[in-house]
Amino acid sequence: MNHNVAFERIVAGHGATVLRVCRAVLGRADADDAWSETFLSAFKAYPDLPHGANIEAWLVTIAHRKAIDITRGIARRAVPVGEVPETPALDGAEARDHDVADAVSRLPVKQRQAIAYHYLAGLPYVEIGTIIGGSPEAARRAAADGIATLRRTYPNPPTPKGRTS
Amino acid sequence: MNAHDDLASDLELAHADDANDLPRLHARLVEAAQRDGVLDVAYRTIDSPVGTLLLAATEVGLVRVAYESEDHDSVLQHLGDRISPRILEAPARLDAVSRELDQYFAGRLHSFTVPLDRRLSSGFRRTVLEHLTDIAYGHTASYAAVAALAGNPRAARAVGTACATNPLPVVVPCHRVLRADGTLGGYLGGSDAKRTLLALESAA
Repeated sequence: MNHNVAFERIVAGHGATVLRVCRAVLGRADADDAWSETFLSAFKAYPDLPHGANIEAWLVTIAHRKAIDITRGIARRAVPVGEVPETPALDGAEARDHDVADAVSRLPVKQRQAIAYHYLAGLPYVEIGTIIGGSPEAARRAAADGIATLRRTYPNPPTPKGRTS
Repeated sequence: MNAHDDLASDLELAHADDANDLPRLHARLVEAAQRDGVLDVAYRTIDSPVGTLLLAATEVGLVRVAYESEDHDSVLQHLGDRISPRILEAPARLDAVSRELDQYFAGRLHSFTVPLDRRLSSGFRRTVLEHLTDIAYGHTASYAAVAALAGNPRAARAVGTACATNPLPVVVPCHRVLRADGTLGGYLGGSDAKRTLLALESAA
């Protein structure tokens, strides 16, 4: 009888993962909005969620749709930018995190989604295919292509030890 | 495969939250849920002389006060089953009752004025609980006397059950009900808590 777990526990258990997914798919600037809309929408629908449903897959599915909405909204509002402002120089681990995030942001959207849903949310490709629309094989290929590009493009090699948390 | 794992963990770190991100987003969620009228149950915990208390409120009013011994996780689960699983830790809705409880524990407040949501009790138990506030602050009554107040003088045992399952202890003063011989009787928060509350009220 694990019915009707307080939604607070859902936020505590999945909030960080969903934020990482939103950041990988949308970039840092829009991730907060995507997270907020995802959890508000999930909160409203929560009482009707079938018992035994995979919560993380459900949340990622909602986040996927919210990210699409947000991307469309941005495209509608987009104005050409003259000069891109310089980002301050970072060093050490922070610089590498920035590089990784930057390299991810340059990937085609399907690859970003496949990588985020598989490597950050831990979903199987069968599930990811359903979410992004396409076969599991296509999802697997998108992730593999993205990972291959990341390996080529992101400049600092991963430190061998001591960066697990 | 090692490089693969490193890349996966680098991906995770590169997009990870820092300490303030989730509390900030949580606050935003609470605000939006409240604004849209979908925050069915808000809760918080407070420290008190009788241990950590869980306070939960619906939009109607205070619906649950729970002792630590009742296991706050299962209390929330139970609220999810009985009321709605749309439950968030949202202290603002509990501000008024927290203030009144602080004053009560400081001996400065003798009766609570916050609105109550009594939906978790029904029937004779609810009648009993509604009559507990007839026992004035600093006074006590026997189970039999409360049974009489509730309109069924022979139902002393049912009064005991009603008190033992009071969803709003402290605020609805089941601690003021004692055995006919004046001994303590049971208490859902434990005898120490009952003694503490009675001592607090008799000192004031």
